[in-house]
Amino acid sequence: MHTEISENKAVKFGRYGGLFVPETLVPPLTELAQAYQRLMKSEDFKEELNLALKTFAGRPTPLYYARNLSQKLGRKVYLKREDLVHGGAHKLNNTLGQALVAKKMGKTRLIAETGAGQHGVATAIVGANLGFETQVYMGEVDIERQKMNVYRMQLMGAEVIPVRSGSRTLKDAINEAMRDWASSFDHTHYLLGTAAGAHPFPSMVRDFQSVIGKEARSQILQAEGRLPDSITACVGGGSNAMGIFAPFLQDEDVRLLAVEAGGRGLGKTDRIADHGASLGLGTDGVLHGALTKILQDPYGQILESYSVAAGLDYPGVGPELAFLAEKGRVLTKIADDKTAMRGFHALSKLEGIIPALESAHAVGYALEEPEALGDLAIINISGRGDKDLATVMDYENL
Amino acid sequence: MKISEAFEEAPLLIVYICAGDPTPAATPDLVRRLAAAGADIIELGLPHSDPIADGPTIQAAAQRAIAAGMNTDVYFQKAAEANVAIPKIFMGYYNMIYARGLDRFAGDCARCGITGMIVPDLPPEEAGPLLQACAKFDVDLIFLAAPNTPAQRLKMIEEETSGFLYLVARTGVTGAQSDILQSTRDLIARVPGSKPKAVGFGISTPAQAAEVITAGADAAIVGSVCVDLIARGEVELLEQLVRDMKAAVVAAGKSKAPIVV
Repeated sequence: MHTEISENKAVKFGRYGGLFVPETLVPPLTELAQAYQRLMKSEDFKEELNLALKTFAGRPTPLYYARNLSQKLGRKVYLKREDLVHGGAHKLNNTLGQALVAKKMGKTRLIAETGAGQHGVATAIVGANLGFETQVYMGEVDIERQKMNVYRMQLMGAEVIPVRSGSRTLKDAINEAMRDWASSFDHTHYLLGTAAGAHPFPSMVRDFQSVIGKEARSQILQAEGRLPDSITACVGGGSNAMGIFAPFLQDEDVRLLAVEAGGRGLGKTDRIADHGASLGLGTDGVLHGALTKILQDPYGQILESYSVAAGLDYPGVGPELAFLAEKGRVLTKIADDKTAMRGFHALSKLEGIIPALESAHAVGYALEEPEALGDLAIINISGRGDKDLATVMDYENL
Repeated sequence: MKISEAFEEAPLLIVYICAGDPTPAATPDLVRRLAAAGADIIELGLPHSDPIADGPTIQAAAQRAIAAGMNTDVYFQKAAEANVAIPKIFMGYYNMIYARGLDRFAGDCARCGITGMIVPDLPPEEAGPLLQACAKFDVDLIFLAAPNTPAQRLKMIEEETSGFLYLVARTGVTGAQSDILQSTRDLIARVPGSKPKAVGFGISTPAQAAEVITAGADAAIVGSVCVDLIARGEVELLEQLVRDMKAAVVAAGKSKAPIVV
């Protein structure tokens, strides 16, 4: 799947992907694809990025043998510790990469969308560190849910712009960032946070996140002398999942398990989907520039998703994951809020690691379906749970 | 009516409204009143939950219309009821078309007297399947070009479009603006080929409409200001605005020939 990014034509993953954007955005996306392709061939650029990943982000992150969790599940389980990346999540892998691309392109301003705030924080970090003016679009509802992350962004000099349109959550923040970019592309880079959207974002974000899987691959070979039977990752848009899956795609014996948010359960009302499982329960459609699996009503109106984990609360998914799931290379699984809470507590108690509620979906799934993991498993802990303490306390009425 | 027939009488005034705003029931009568006031083509927007090319005015109209019960079935019903002699054009986002099925959608357009489609999030690169469906039902697919569209791409878009070429007056989203930019004039001037050119995004006054005609456009497209007047319940003011804009467009067309921009 490591398709070359062509200069003018959007990369497709089977029938998924594409460039379904207003004309105004076609030239900036083309310019971005070309710059990215050029830079990824440059040794200097790669060196600069690797140095930043090592000395600033704190890579490589450990692949940790989770003794107690392994004992409980009756199999060997390793955790890829993306929660230890600076900022508290895997998001910085991508924002560092894109911000360096933006710098080389001569851009002076970054805009980003954020749901839980993790990508916004990771963008604010690179904005401060690399000297960009930074503005982050965030739904009004999410601002209320994630006050600490709003303050973190502001501390680092980013401006958080409340989004009041639509459902006032992540999808609307993306809409607003795209509208901003349609008139600001001259000096602004749109730093999309997940492996979704229009070309070249799905490929570029996957590539920047694939450092997770590359490290995990050599780490598991060193520790165990063989590849794992399975890799489990949570999926919202799909950046941590594609990041850890990508280097294993050719290894057909490694089961790739994508765990989506089951939310409150799987009942559907008229406008609200009550879950975030676009890969497993969505249908083909166009959202944010790509043909992919989305949650929509029969007329094509986008449904409002729901999950206790704001980072999984998105009615779409990256096009490459849609393709891999359809091919059967990636297996789609669902963990609801309750299962995620179970994972959250279990990992905290068993290993002394408080996972992000997003990552807790992957842990919760493993607790419920241990047989699916095989004898040797890796779970991607995409972020740490400090940001979620208020949400969990609220959920449990503490 | 075919769009090409309408352009025989250029310069034209094209008026956009959001179907279903304030209510689906109001739409056919609004279309008839706009036609009577002088609109040469009506762009009938199908509201979408996520209109990424639209500014706050049309976003709000879409939300009101959806809340009032507008959906694709109702849209075609109301479009058919709006029986006017001028061309009606669909404007809306690709997912709404994709969800219904491309052939079915294009067929419904033809059945309801809609002879053209504008899909702002569908550049020609992605439009192959819809072009085929439109060809089957003799519906024009109108592409958009913007001030930042490079020359070679502009040529490709001009070749692919049918009916007319939609020139986006400025980068960014829809919404009323106070002036016409030099970049708009430049864009009009650098379009190759001979297909009719219509300019939209940001036109809200008779003077601006006249200005784009003088600069070489064959039609002026007005949208957000109309949507705003409908939102305020000012339909008579809207009719007056359309009459004034039409007069300005016609006058600009008459004095156009010798002016070099």
